[in-house]
Amino acid sequence: MAGVENHIRFQEVFHIQGGNFTNAGSISSRVKEILKRAGLSDKVIRRTSIATFEAEMNVICYADRGNLSLLITPHFLKVVVDDEGSGIHDVNLAMREGYSTANEKIRELGFGAGMGLSNIKKNTDEMLLTSKFRQGTHLEFVIYLDKQNEG
Amino acid sequence: MKLREIRDILDAEVITEEANLEKEIKYAFAADLLSDVLALSRGPGALLITGVTNPQVIYAGNAIDLGAIIFVRGKQPNEATFQLAIENQIPLLTTRYIMFEACGRLYQLGMRACIEKVKNGRG
Repeated sequence: MAGVENHIRFQEVFHIQGGNFTNAGSISSRVKEILKRAGLSDKVIRRTSIATFEAEMNVICYADRGNLSLLITPHFLKVVVDDEGSGIHDVNLAMREGYSTANEKIRELGFGAGMGLSNIKKNTDEMLLTSKFRQGTHLEFVIYLDKQNEG
Repeated sequence: MKLREIRDILDAEVITEEANLEKEIKYAFAADLLSDVLALSRGPGALLITGVTNPQVIYAGNAIDLGAIIFVRGKQPNEATFQLAIENQIPLLTTRYIMFEACGRLYQLGMRACIEKVKNGRG
């Protein structure tokens, strides 16, 4: 990745507090504002907003705390989310649509349908998810800013 | 269909009074599960028909560029939800019709779903 740092247009790290349902969604809203100001296409903004919202909800629902970092370069944007918390026992199972370990509180808010991780995958160009059970989860995704994402 | 027509068809109250009622809305999605809204709602500018009134409905709506939200079963949002809707310029309406009836009345007058069917039982 040598040289990439020279082309960073924007970089910011947001802290997410696990269990703080009151503000759940506020970070993805801020990310959306940043992408708008950066003049990215509506499609890129929409895809990133959806993926970031899902990632943020995952930290709030399943982790004690986490950081979400946003990096924008001329050719792609990257979001990295690292959290400390329950982790994921079986990443492949967690990726399966409909699989969820959500509790009642999460479901009452309208989440926990087991669609989040697959929705992140669907809305991004590259996605990497690793986890240590009972320690934490690392998620990163990339969205390209090239022609296929214009409009 | 204009937001004004949606209001009239559903005998709805416009909660965010400043909303532009001339806004054109072509597609709708109805759900109480925000996970499904996020995963299945297609295209910007859709109407969400829902019974969920917590602030997350606005955050999720903002992420997918919703055109408007109408609460069914006479539900009213709390202050936090209301303020967020104003900030994000998402019009809020409320109707006393139940979800099925609200969908049926809108469909009958030309509103269409933003996704008709999921693939293989999924989005």
